[in-house]
Amino acid sequence: MIHARGLARTFQTKRGREKTEVVAVAGVDLDVAEGEIVGFLGPNGAGKTTTLRMLTTLLKPTAGTATVAGHDVASDPVAVRRSIGYVSQSGSTSGEARAGDELMDHGMLYGIARRQAEARGRELFAQLELDGMWARQPRTLSGGQRRRLDIAMGLVHDPRLVFLDEPTTGLDPQARANLWTHISDLRTKRGSTIFLTTHYLDEADALCDRILVIDHGSIVASDTPDALKRQVAGDLIELVLADEQHVSEAAAQLGRLVDGATAEVDGLSVSMRVPHAPSEVPGLLRSLDGAGVALAAIEVRRPTLDDVFLTLTGRSLREEA
Amino acid sequence: MATTTTAELQATDAPSGNFVRETGIIFRRQMRLNLRNPAWIIIGLAQPVLYLALFGPLLEPLAAQIGADNAYTFFVPGLLLQLGLFGALFAGFGLIGEWRDGVIEAERVTPASRTALLLGRIGRDVALLAVQSTILIGVGYLFGLRASIVGMLIGVVITVLVGAACSAASNALALTVKSEDVMAPILNSIALPVLLLSGILLPISTETGAPGWLVAISDLMPTKYIVTGIRDAFAGDLATAGLVWAVVWAVLLFVVGLWVGTRTFRKENA
Ligand SMILES: Nc1ncnc2c1ncn2[C@@H]1O[C@H](COP(=O)(O)OP(=O)(O)O)[C@@H](O)[C@H]1O
Ligand SMILES: [Mg+2]
Repeated sequence: MIHARGLARTFQTKRGREKTEVVAVAGVDLDVAEGEIVGFLGPNGAGKTTTLRMLTTLLKPTAGTATVAGHDVASDPVAVRRSIGYVSQSGSTSGEARAGDELMDHGMLYGIARRQAEARGRELFAQLELDGMWARQPRTLSGGQRRRLDIAMGLVHDPRLVFLDEPTTGLDPQARANLWTHISDLRTKRGSTIFLTTHYLDEADALCDRILVIDHGSIVASDTPDALKRQVAGDLIELVLADEQHVSEAAAQLGRLVDGATAEVDGLSVSMRVPHAPSEVPGLLRSLDGAGVALAAIEVRRPTLDDVFLTLTGRSLREEA
Repeated sequence: MATTTTAELQATDAPSGNFVRETGIIFRRQMRLNLRNPAWIIIGLAQPVLYLALFGPLLEPLAAQIGADNAYTFFVPGLLLQLGLFGALFAGFGLIGEWRDGVIEAERVTPASRTALLLGRIGRDVALLAVQSTILIGVGYLFGLRASIVGMLIGVVITVLVGAACSAASNALALTVKSEDVMAPILNSIALPVLLLSGILLPISTETGAPGWLVAISDLMPTKYIVTGIRDAFAGDLATAGLVWAVVWAVLLFVVGLWVGTRTFRKENA
């Protein structure tokens, strides 16, 4: 569905008299197969939107090539536009217009006849739980409703491939969860291929078959969420001790689980990454008990995508978001 | 689940050269939005009518001095051009709001011609301008305007051509700067000298006592020739050099405006 090679984009910006070059996307290779849901995960400013705008023919790449839905973005942009739906980060409707009118006009710009556009629009309103919103002004809709309207706009011509740029940014947790259901329905019910960007780890984790991690305009990793998490050296075992006197003993025992490793000590807490932690924990508990170490708590944490991002880039995604 | 199948949609999708249809869709959408909130149309119209009511009476006793038989036959052509120039010149502000709402990008990602996206918007400005011009002439008539019907029609056509040029330029500027704060000073710094140097309110001519240097500067303004030509047309002088120049300049502005506008809208990275 999408094949990009060396896709790059630099912006010339003027700051005062000085001209500077901003490398927004620094040469991206990516392949998305039909029926996949692929997530583009990265902090703000990583180059997600810029990549999406190149793939949707809104922006000309400064280098590289891309084929989207079987058509070259540079030589046949109109054919690309006809086959894709794009839900941009910034919305798609005038706040003052009527929601239904916006959807119909949008459909008609794809060459759909007025009556069909209306039928299709009403069908999408029903599917996306926008019943009764047809005559409403988008500015009077809630954030979640407005985002669903944007999605309806992107689907009005029944595209095989849908691009979603930060579909749930700024929504409350309930509206986000609701939108996730609708996004995964796109594939299960209509067989669409979906390429979405997000800076939320839980979103990438919940929705995507495959994640491309992007940072500073380059893809730094590409795999399934689980495989990415496996790349991080194991699960985190954290022991919280009942008293200070056994901290060093606990650290020594925990460190022994992995050759050449040392546990991190922070006050009463002792922690370390251990492959296959669940099978190590029973033995560890027994030997700690034997040495008279009293535990206040023990926690085993599976790696999160945040750990992945931290391992790959040395920075936490949360700080940026 | 889908009652409208993909095959059906694609069947109607076939004729891609649907330029006129696409322009019409954009035009109707714009008209609908404008008519829902007609405040700007009314403000745009109120301005020349206020000039007519509050400035016109001052001109009446001066008519002979500025070489006119009827102060309103002299004055309305200027107001007409003012309407064409400034109504349309500020039309681009609406586009910035649309851009911020993501509408422009949403339209640009459809297969519709990008020129159609511009022309539909110019069409809106031209339609509003034609209505406003007619109302202005009607109100002028109540004040005492008497002019040749054909001449007035020609005047309105010239106004509309200039308005279309301004609308194209304004929309192009809006799409380029994408900020009201950048756009407002640019437009204001164009509007004021044009208003003062085109002889819209009073004639700028040595015969009526204007200083030579001011006449020399004003002679560089295409809009001065346009307003002079519209005055000739209103007076029923349809074969004057003034009217020919007005038409030439109006057509030229129209072509240049459209060229700049189309180029900006078709630019891949706008
Ligand atoms: N039109 C532009 N002009 C100049 N710089 C831009 C432009 N668009 C994006 N950038 C820069 O490119 C980088 C990537 O931006 P973007 O693709 O929007 O990131 P993301 O969507 O991942 O948050 C940022 O540093 C941003 O400032
Ligand atoms: Mg972005």
